Amino acid sequence: MSGDRKRKLRLSKIYSFACCKASFEGDRSQIGGKGYSWVVFCNEPDSFEDGIRNSADNSVRSTKYTLATFFPKSLFEQFRRVANFYFLVTGTLAFTKLAPYTAVSAILPLIIVIGATMVKEGIEDWRRKKQDILVNNRRVSVHRTDGIFEYTAWKNLRVGNIVKVEKDEFFPADLLLLSSSYDDAVCYVETMNLDGETNLKIKQGLEATASLQGNLNFKKFKATVKCEDPNANLYSFVGSMEFEDQKYALSTQQLLLRDSKLRNTDYIFGAVIFTGHDTKVIQNSTDPPSKRSRIEKKMDRIIYFLFCILFLMAFVGSIFFGIITNDDLQNGLMKRWYLRPDDSTIFFDPKRPAAAALFHCLTALMLYGFFIPISLYVSIEIVKVLQSIFINQDIYMYYKEADKPARARTSNLNEELGQVDTILSDKTGTLTCNSMEFIKCSIAGVAYGHGTKEVEKAMYRRKGSSSILGHDIESEADDIRDSVDKKALIKGFNFADERIMNGNWVNEPHVDVICKFFCLLAVCHTAIPEVDEDTGNVSYEAESPDEAAFVIAAREFGFEFYQRGQTSLSTHELDPVSGKKVERKYKLLNVLEFNSSRKRMSVIVEDEERKIFLLCKGADSIMFERLANNGREFEEKTMEHVHEYANAGLRTLILAYRELDAEEYKDFDNKFSKAKNLVSANQELLIEEVSDEIEKNLILLGATAVEDKLQDGVPECIDKLAQAGIKIWVLTGDKMETAINIGFSCSLLRQGMKQIIIHLDCPEILALEKDGDKMAIAKASRQSVLLQISEGAAQLAAYKGSSQQALALIIDGKSLVYALEDNMKNMFLELAIRCASVICCRSSPKQKALVTRLVKSGTGKTTLAIGDGANDVGMLQEADIGVGISGVEGMQAVMSSDIAIAQFRYLERLLLVHGHWCYRRISSMICYFFYKNITFGFTLFLYEVYASFSGQPAYNDWLLSLYNVFFSSFPVIALGVFDQDVSARYCLKFPLLYQEGVQNVLFSWRRILSWMLNGFISALIIFFFCTKSMELQAFDAEGRTAGKDILGATMYTCVVWVVNLQMALTISYFTFVQLILVWGSIVFWYLFLLAYGEMPPHFSTNTYKVFIEALAPSPSYWIVTFFVVISTLIPYFSYKAIQMRFFPIYHEIVQWIRYDENIKDPEFCDMVRPKTMGSTARLSAKASPH
Amino acid sequence: MASSSAAGAGSTDPTAARRNTKRPKYSKFTQQELPACKPILTPRAVISAFLLVSVVFVPIGVAALIASRKVVEIVYRYESKCIPSNVTDRVAYIQSSADKTCRISLDVTKHMKSPIYVYYQLDNFYQNHRRYVKSRSDEQLRDRSEEGSTSACKPEDTANGKPIVPCGLIAWSLFNDTYSFFRGNKNLTVNKKGISWKSDREHKFGKDVFPKNFQNSSIRGGASLNESIPLSEQEDLIVWMRTAALPTFRKLYGKIEVDLNEGDTINVTLQNNYNTYSFSGRKKLVLSTTSWLGGKNDFLGIAYLTVGGLCFFLALAFTIVYFVKPRQLGDPSYLSWNRNPGGH
Repeated sequence: MSGDRKRKLRLSKIYSFACCKASFEGDRSQIGGKGYSWVVFCNEPDSFEDGIRNSADNSVRSTKYTLATFFPKSLFEQFRRVANFYFLVTGTLAFTKLAPYTAVSAILPLIIVIGATMVKEGIEDWRRKKQDILVNNRRVSVHRTDGIFEYTAWKNLRVGNIVKVEKDEFFPADLLLLSSSYDDAVCYVETMNLDGETNLKIKQGLEATASLQGNLNFKKFKATVKCEDPNANLYSFVGSMEFEDQKYALSTQQLLLRDSKLRNTDYIFGAVIFTGHDTKVIQNSTDPPSKRSRIEKKMDRIIYFLFCILFLMAFVGSIFFGIITNDDLQNGLMKRWYLRPDDSTIFFDPKRPAAAALFHCLTALMLYGFFIPISLYVSIEIVKVLQSIFINQDIYMYYKEADKPARARTSNLNEELGQVDTILSDKTGTLTCNSMEFIKCSIAGVAYGHGTKEVEKAMYRRKGSSSILGHDIESEADDIRDSVDKKALIKGFNFADERIMNGNWVNEPHVDVICKFFCLLAVCHTAIPEVDEDTGNVSYEAESPDEAAFVIAAREFGFEFYQRGQTSLSTHELDPVSGKKVERKYKLLNVLEFNSSRKRMSVIVEDEERKIFLLCKGADSIMFERLANNGREFEEKTMEHVHEYANAGLRTLILAYRELDAEEYKDFDNKFSKAKNLVSANQELLIEEVSDEIEKNLILLGATAVEDKLQDGVPECIDKLAQAGIKIWVLTGDKMETAINIGFSCSLLRQGMKQIIIHLDCPEILALEKDGDKMAIAKASRQSVLLQISEGAAQLAAYKGSSQQALALIIDGKSLVYALEDNMKNMFLELAIRCASVICCRSSPKQKALVTRLVKSGTGKTTLAIGDGANDVGMLQEADIGVGISGVEGMQAVMSSDIAIAQFRYLERLLLVHGHWCYRRISSMICYFFYKNITFGFTLFLYEVYASFSGQPAYNDWLLSLYNVFFSSFPVIALGVFDQDVSARYCLKFPLLYQEGVQNVLFSWRRILSWMLNGFISALIIFFFCTKSMELQAFDAEGRTAGKDILGATMYTCVVWVVNLQMALTISYFTFVQLILVWGSIVFWYLFLLAYGEMPPHFSTNTYKVFIEALAPSPSYWIVTFFVVISTLIPYFSYKAIQMRFFPIYHEIVQWIRYDENIKDPEFCDMVRPKTMGSTARLSAKASPH
Repeated sequence: MASSSAAGAGSTDPTAARRNTKRPKYSKFTQQELPACKPILTPRAVISAFLLVSVVFVPIGVAALIASRKVVEIVYRYESKCIPSNVTDRVAYIQSSADKTCRISLDVTKHMKSPIYVYYQLDNFYQNHRRYVKSRSDEQLRDRSEEGSTSACKPEDTANGKPIVPCGLIAWSLFNDTYSFFRGNKNLTVNKKGISWKSDREHKFGKDVFPKNFQNSSIRGGASLNESIPLSEQEDLIVWMRTAALPTFRKLYGKIEVDLNEGDTINVTLQNNYNTYSFSGRKKLVLSTTSWLGGKNDFLGIAYLTVGGLCFFLALAFTIVYFVKPRQLGDPSYLSWNRNPGGH
């Protein structure tokens, strides 16, 4: 069986492990010292010392609070907000005599508001708790006694336990690999959850323990591990193990990290080293940086501004109060004798007017506290949660193939989505699907394969009619698509060429080369075959999708790799001579692995005729120089093809081989094993040198082209985003040509765009690099980059006049290093932000994050980073908004993102529809909040003017405190949840609408202050009209006059009506919910007044029966209310009518267009809709090639 | 979470594959497609709104103005006239125990239909001062057994060691000018019953609570109370204790329940006791009839008419503007981001 087969493998022999053998030198001397004091007694979990030292169990907790800490901690969080703290202080002060109102009425709204927020926190934490419970209760098989393994929950694991982990299970803790199903204790690990890399990593246990392959072996197993203390470094581990009186060194090679997965290995045995929160992955998990939206930051500033107004009002009031109070008693004569100023308390004492004024200031601060909307934070939070639900539930952002809806992981940033100025996008997996398809190849100088995909089509479109192949690519491509569609699609293979398919290659010239080419594809890799026993089909598990594409291609060409033996590879091959399928076995001698500096990978195999071959595949840049003089037969042609492929945005590799004679190999093998067994820092360097020597004098076979497929709808989406005026930067690790081609195919680069390319591949620098003088290189490079940037800036200035030609900036990673230096980065940014598109190629994850930071801090605008891999994590966390693509490359990006979507194209809807709506909703909501509170608070202040600033509120205590909670906040929440200026369809039809958010039109200081002004005006109108019309005369036909109670209730009625109707005027999307809430608030006010008035007089005080007895029967109450409400709204209404008609802002223009569907004025429509952007531009450019 | 809800929908769905999908369930709410009215301020809507307001406001304004005009009101300011001309220190005079009777006469210029309400009007009197407003004990007023709860009433809480009923500054400063009216020589009775709110009489002022120890403290405030009448029947006190909203206020004194004819002269004998002189407040005596809208105040009627007229004018102005510029939807090119569409 396959398990048995694998068990016999001793893979370690053929791999060039760099750190396979560890020594006791260096770090290891520290064991037992500070920071290296961890001691684990394997298989003795109950050992005494162990029990004391490493008592932590394996449960993890990701919750923010525990039952005990929930109250203090969440309360603390709440009162860190300045407004809440203010309300806490005033609430506490309300218990003193200073308070203008009763304490309960002041505290209750605060309790409601804080309570609501805490409930929300609690629910969120409960969800995390459930997740934890799930993880902590996963099952794992653990050694009890006498070789018996039992299943237990993860959380019960202890340090020192021996566990058995089976195939495709997660490791429950950080384990020391003891043995595996393979004889040499090798196992494959997938670390997707840690670093997002999909390729399998190989770990190997110590030879000493490799034989412990059965359960019973652990009956008497004892070992002591001394190692470093728990830390967050994923890539280092220092320790030693004492086993059978021998001391062995341990390294990361033996450490299996929690949350990685066992692959391709039936089982492993491991000893638990770190548990729970000591594990490296948990130590490594930092809380994602909490991001706050710009609007919220601005809102804080508005609140501070309001505090200033509040203090000013209180201050002015106190001065007046002090003067008036001082006047009350002069030379022993009482002025306002009815206040008994001669026998007063400190608060009103004319003898100490300064102290009285000071205390009054506190009272006034409490009274005018109604300026600050207490329920603002909680309302915004509620609204944001609902908005996130809308995003999560959006059916148009659900990806059916992967069964993934969009997921807003934080609701903090909803409105920020509407303000994105720059998108920084990863390429692989984000714009493309990260699935590789073998699409073309060039063998012996002949190009095969006519599969044409989006990337290429776009390129030909760009080149216009001067197509390289000279015929109509479009129609050909369609033909091919048809023929491909007819066949069953093979994942990773999209090749069509009758000349070499179905065994026809035997009739081609250079059969031997073709045969070698296919053979190389089938043999030169590290993939592992999996044979489906029922059907006999072979599938492969490879380190990278490219590699899988090669093996699959080989299989399709008739060279099926089906078995990896201990040191051999078995294939079914089509013999060109006999034309039959034969079985061949290659003896695998060495694997010279791929790395980014070598850019190539080789295997050394011995075939059945005992000939030794070195098979090598690698990047064109390094392969051509390694060819032998007699191996350059097809060089020119191949080069041409490779160039063509690269231009088409395909990933190319050069394939070459070399035959070694036995002597040569023996020589190499000696050197190689010597290097491998060398224990020193430059071991790697040595291995590289040895490999370098052998990988020479190669004979060229050909080249392959693999397509990185674009995701669906990417070009259209980028078009739309560009129309919306969002700048898109692509940060990719790919090489420049590929990046440019992808840029064209996803309409980031357009026909007629002037490209500014900054690179360092000029001969002078290459020459310097050969010399290796680092200082000189840096200096020359810096100068070169500076020169190129200033040249670019000059071009930019020259192009400024002509509007049609936009510029694109392309920069490579090497140049980026210098461009991001402090003295140059502003210049670079200056240039970059004025270009329509920016592509950074060959950039490292760190550079991605640095560029993001540069854009964010340099422009001060909102940036959005989108990516799918672990290499994008830095970028996602650095940007204002991180959007993760929940695609193939693991969950790391998603886990550190703020919002996860399944496909790049959903970004369009996320930004243009949800972003715009959320931005609009939140900003109008906040403006409105301030409006309604100023309207209310300012009437209080005006009343003070007429109450000699004594701090007597115009309204009853409870009315005062419930205003924010009941009578005005629900319609605002409805506004925040439901309002739509224009429908989703129009949002997408008029992408420019998005600029309202980018330019922050709806939350500019002008707009905020206008709303506040509106509030002041409303308050003035309400106050003066009410007092004027009710001041002296009889209130009703019974001749009774209106007291404080009646005037207060009438004014309050007017305020409730006005703020709610104002809301109705502001809303542009009236669903029944808003209708209910707006009218509900008003009706509720009357009901409340009625009910409150019916309560016993000691509770309702001066509101007792005021509605039923005084207000309702009196016509003047109704007539005054009606008058005041309507006339308060008229100024705003008139302003709105004029503005809407004659100075509409963009969304209002769109509203007009929607209103007048078949608008007759095409010129007007054109003016509103952009015309020089995106697809239209591209098409028109195509129609008239320059 | 979402899958379970989708499963519910899946039962009606023929494709069983959908059962375990995370596909969001379609609802008009979650897809934000609730049916809605999308009001837009079209010319027609704006003009009709303004017209409607003016059409409603003008008649109301006319009615209110007529009602106000129909009310006959006699206002007589007396605080300086009722001080003998030889008195220089008015405060000392008002605080002295001299006889402060004062006679004035009012001319009825228009027929006044009964009931005629008698008010006193004070000016510059801050009944809405926080110290003043709070200085009362509702418990004590309501409940006989709560006699001692006077904590809020300081400094008018106790006198001679015993609680004052009713305590507090409001009660203590009770207005104590009195008026008696004569037409010719005939006394016009002033009915002082039913001048307060019923809820006050029945629920806030106890029927079994009698004034006690009132105006016994060192400084005398305003009126004294008859200790044999329960608080619920002391309507002057009840009216006074409903504090006014603004520093200028009228309070009901009583009702004259006979018509006064045009040309009548009403002689008023008034006891000018109340000290408004120390804070230079005016005192006025007011006789007024009422309409359905209450007393005489032209403000409301005029305001209605003004706003109604303004709206009519606005409607007219908008009509003209719309007529002159029928299709002027603003100039989108002024939008800053539209100016330079390709260039960035």
